[in-house]
Amino acid sequence: MADAIARTGALEGRFLNDEGITLVRAEPATRLLLRAPETALKPLSKALGLDLPQRPKASVSGGKRAALWLGPDEWLVIDENGGDLMEDCASVSAFHSAVDVSHRNTAVLVSGPRVEAVLNAGCPQDLSLDVFPVGACSRTVFGKAEVILWRTERDAFRVECWRSFSDYVFMLLEAASRDR
Amino acid sequence: MAQPFRIATAGRLGKADPVRFTFDGKSFEGLHGDTLASALLANGVHLVGRSFKYHRPRGMVSAGAEEPNALVGVHRDAARRAPNVRATVQEIHEGLNAVSQNRWPSLSFDVGALNDLASPFFSAGFYYKTFMWPKAAWERVYEPFIRRAAGLGEAPDRPDPDCYANRFAHCDVLVIGGGAAGLSAALAAANAGARVILADEQAETGGALRYETGAMIDGMPGWNWAQAVTADLAARDNVRLLTRTTGFGYYAQNMVGLVERLTDHLVSPATDQPRERLWQVRAKRVVLATGAIERHMVFPDNDRPGIMLASAARTYLNHFGVTVGRNVAIYTAGDSAWQAALDLKRSGVSIAAIVDCRPDPQGPHVEEARRLGIECLTGHAVTGTGGRLRVSSIKVRPVSGGAERTIACDALLTSSGWTPAVHLFSQSRGKLAFDAETQRFLPGNAVQELVSVGACAGNIDLGETVAEALKAGHEAAGGVARKLPKLAADSTERWSGGMLGAGEGAGAESTAKAFVDFQNDVTAKDIRQAVREGMRSIEHVKRFTTTGMATDQGKTSNMHGLAIAAEMLDRPIPEVGLTTFRAPYTPVTFGALVGHGKGRLFEPVRRTPMHDWAEAHGAVFEDVGQWKRAWYFPQAGEDMHAAVARECRTVRQSAGIFDATTLGKIEVVGPDAARFMELMYTNPWQKLGVGRCRYGVMLREDGFIYDDGVVGRLAEDRFHVTTTTGGAPRVLNHMEDYLQTEFPDLKVYLTSTSEQWAVIAVQGPKSRDIIAPLVEGIDLSDDAMPHMSVREGMICGVPTRLFRMSFTGERGFEINVPADYGRAVWEAVWAEGEKHGACAYGTETMHVLRAEKGFIIVGQETDGTVTPHDAGLSWAIGKKKTDFVGMRGLARPDLVAPGRKQLVGLRTRDPKTVLEEGAQIVADPDAPVPVPMLGHVTSSYWSENCGHSIALALVAGGHERMGETLYVPMPEGAITVEVTSTVFFDEKGARTNG
Repeated sequence: MADAIARTGALEGRFLNDEGITLVRAEPATRLLLRAPETALKPLSKALGLDLPQRPKASVSGGKRAALWLGPDEWLVIDENGGDLMEDCASVSAFHSAVDVSHRNTAVLVSGPRVEAVLNAGCPQDLSLDVFPVGACSRTVFGKAEVILWRTERDAFRVECWRSFSDYVFMLLEAASRDR
Repeated sequence: MAQPFRIATAGRLGKADPVRFTFDGKSFEGLHGDTLASALLANGVHLVGRSFKYHRPRGMVSAGAEEPNALVGVHRDAARRAPNVRATVQEIHEGLNAVSQNRWPSLSFDVGALNDLASPFFSAGFYYKTFMWPKAAWERVYEPFIRRAAGLGEAPDRPDPDCYANRFAHCDVLVIGGGAAGLSAALAAANAGARVILADEQAETGGALRYETGAMIDGMPGWNWAQAVTADLAARDNVRLLTRTTGFGYYAQNMVGLVERLTDHLVSPATDQPRERLWQVRAKRVVLATGAIERHMVFPDNDRPGIMLASAARTYLNHFGVTVGRNVAIYTAGDSAWQAALDLKRSGVSIAAIVDCRPDPQGPHVEEARRLGIECLTGHAVTGTGGRLRVSSIKVRPVSGGAERTIACDALLTSSGWTPAVHLFSQSRGKLAFDAETQRFLPGNAVQELVSVGACAGNIDLGETVAEALKAGHEAAGGVARKLPKLAADSTERWSGGMLGAGEGAGAESTAKAFVDFQNDVTAKDIRQAVREGMRSIEHVKRFTTTGMATDQGKTSNMHGLAIAAEMLDRPIPEVGLTTFRAPYTPVTFGALVGHGKGRLFEPVRRTPMHDWAEAHGAVFEDVGQWKRAWYFPQAGEDMHAAVARECRTVRQSAGIFDATTLGKIEVVGPDAARFMELMYTNPWQKLGVGRCRYGVMLREDGFIYDDGVVGRLAEDRFHVTTTTGGAPRVLNHMEDYLQTEFPDLKVYLTSTSEQWAVIAVQGPKSRDIIAPLVEGIDLSDDAMPHMSVREGMICGVPTRLFRMSFTGERGFEINVPADYGRAVWEAVWAEGEKHGACAYGTETMHVLRAEKGFIIVGQETDGTVTPHDAGLSWAIGKKKTDFVGMRGLARPDLVAPGRKQLVGLRTRDPKTVLEEGAQIVADPDAPVPVPMLGHVTSSYWSENCGHSIALALVAGGHERMGETLYVPMPEGAITVEVTSTVFFDEKGARTNG
């Protein structure tokens, strides 16, 4: 029997550090796509150790785990400590759907003073700090790819996308970075 | 002498650096800050092009974006050859290389000018009348002729090497236009704390203040005030100031398109610097401050080089320090042009005469002209001009009739008044209202959140303009009324007067060429002829004469054309109508619209985790939607045919390994998952045991096949659904749509897991032997894990959903592992496979192997008109089911009628002949034309395993035709085929289980 193998992400070795903008591949994470009616939110929040946010564009995070509101009954939960999110939810008997999407998504960390302009090359949303404050998140588009934007700091976003779109997303970020 | 028409004491370029550029190969000197037009004029060059139809010599008409004449090619290098660049907009830079257009062999001697002599034959509607017959002449004579003559300028013949950028932006207040009105509005909005974007199409803001020397704002000359405010705004965090930026399109919900020109004015832009940037701005409020466009006078031979708008001559003088002539005449129907004479005269330029068709114009400008000793011919008209490549004289006579007099001049400035630039307002779907007193279309009620201020709103008083713009900006920013800002603003200049339509000498009986539309060579006579020939609406007149249809979209000409048509029709102007204002306001490059989306970024290219392995092992790829899929793996010396034949043989003899990652996957979870599946698929699901799989068929409401795929039940409340590669997104949408709108009571949720799993198919008699050493915790024996079952366990130490299933007809497994492990597990499987002589195979072999078994591919055997019965899949419909999407559709009379096209197999009489996919099938190839067609070939391959070609086809009544001989007519003769079952290999299906 072979030994357990390491994860090989889609953006291995990709990096860009340009004037005012940095693109870094995010570390592998555990991800859960959670769908649930309101009735299940309490036990799920308890099981996950996070208060699942119910406001549009809102996220909550604690330690290395975060839950991003994607829709009225939909959340993306990200754990960067390798926590078993499926296992955490397994004990919840209230109707919900927990699906492991750890490998479905990959993420690029985009940061620097030019971050809003770079993302606005492909994302039509208003990313100004008043409208898209730190902690805000949204499932949106970046060029021709669907992405989830999550503002982690004033000048930093996490851009989640599906694995096979990550090459396109990274290249478009690079192209946008060149537009100074 | 260099730049003989530059006046050192005039203009603002002052001691700017000299810049060398070429026009038609000749070297010239201009100053930094010049446009190509101002620099050429500084050198005394007016002749810059030939007109589109008659090839008449033409010069600069304007000093701005409305320019109809001065279109040139600008050639930066072999690939960068921009045609139809307005010389009045293009800034010069060292080494700029411009060429004139529409002339041969040279600008001053142009053979095409013969068209001018032949002009009686090129009258309005010429194209519609002349090229009608004989029919045969169309392809050989007319079309080539029109194609050569059509279009202005030469398109570049190489790919555009430049890059272009795109930016979405949001703001509270978007101001279009940076003249007195726009700057005031932006200033007030910025002071009130709003997020402001100000866009101006010129290199510097200022608008008409560029030449309006009589303007004073806030105690400063207008231009100085404009530059001071601009510097102030540019320094603020809440203001984005965009110069060289045109607001070209106004779309729904205050989305405005701006294009910013970034490098065309630079000597040597960096290679990765975008040439242009498209701004897609979503504004809470828009302030339109787009100004007004001066119109020329319509009179005979009004198009000679040297004849231009009065405001243009003022711009060249007051901003660029260039006089457009030494002895300049003015012909006007309005007050503002008088100021041009005064400016020029004060700069030492001789004024030949001011001709004003109004009987008795009054005002300080008139008095001042008389005081300066300028001959003022009021109540007079210009009825003709002389000169070949440059105007040299004008003919003048009293409007009331009388003797004609010739006056020498080397430039003629004309003005018939001002047309408010209501383009963007109109694009916003706001209705225009005609103001009969001033003969102008003005913005009426707005339907979006916008306000028009200044000249584009019809305001001709500077003080009022600034006041209303401050108010608009302040209110747009949500400022409170009591804090309304004020600025002292006044001008000594007058903008009143004006006329529409043809002047004296270009009346109804005249045959003279009095141009309305310079760019498309449309004269007053042409407009009248269109009316005489029955055109009643301006929309018809426009299309018949092509007036206003050139790249300038009639900015200077539309109102004249409309007035002439209205006069001929003896109807008020609003009744004749106004043509629609469409985006873009000025031409926009395709590059700007495409932005980043070209080359590698044209479309996302999706690759599986195993892509690089396949590439390293020589795979040839094919595009399947956005995916790159390994098509076949040729070995040394193999062509596609040989590679596919070997792969097909190997799979059935030993095993093959196939990357099936691209299949769509949807996880259906919830206590009502099985009920939902029953509704979405034709098959029964309630009784499918946990750990078992079933092939599912999905229909649309109309009963036709929409998608298919194998579904595994992982738990009572959890299904792992697979879809076709191309169908993944639409199937999820289809399911989500029904779940939310038709079955909202069901407790079930859907999640796409297409990319969570890498899928490695191992197919063939040795498949179990290959994976067995790698799998942990799953009993792979036939008893424990029969065909069409699914187990969760471990492979290579990572979790797997292992399916026993087959799209080849062999014993087969599909290993699902989390995508980041895909490559490593693939390599482990490959290493085991090699011990058994297995091969990697691609999509072509997958297609052949499934066709040997008669398995359909949705989209190949189906085309949206095929039912499960047609496809031979009646068995997949749950007979006891009371409902599923498409159930009622399937009962429609046409879907149960006999004679429907049904899926059958075809065998060619000559086993080596491989049919063409898409080929038609007939019963009798010798039947008279049109031969009744029975159907067509959907799939066709050489089958190495069968030793003969195989094909699938949709044939009318096909299921009843087993054994019949039919024909496939081809150019080389009909191919004889026999109708067979769709299963060509292992008809009993023993190998799947064996």
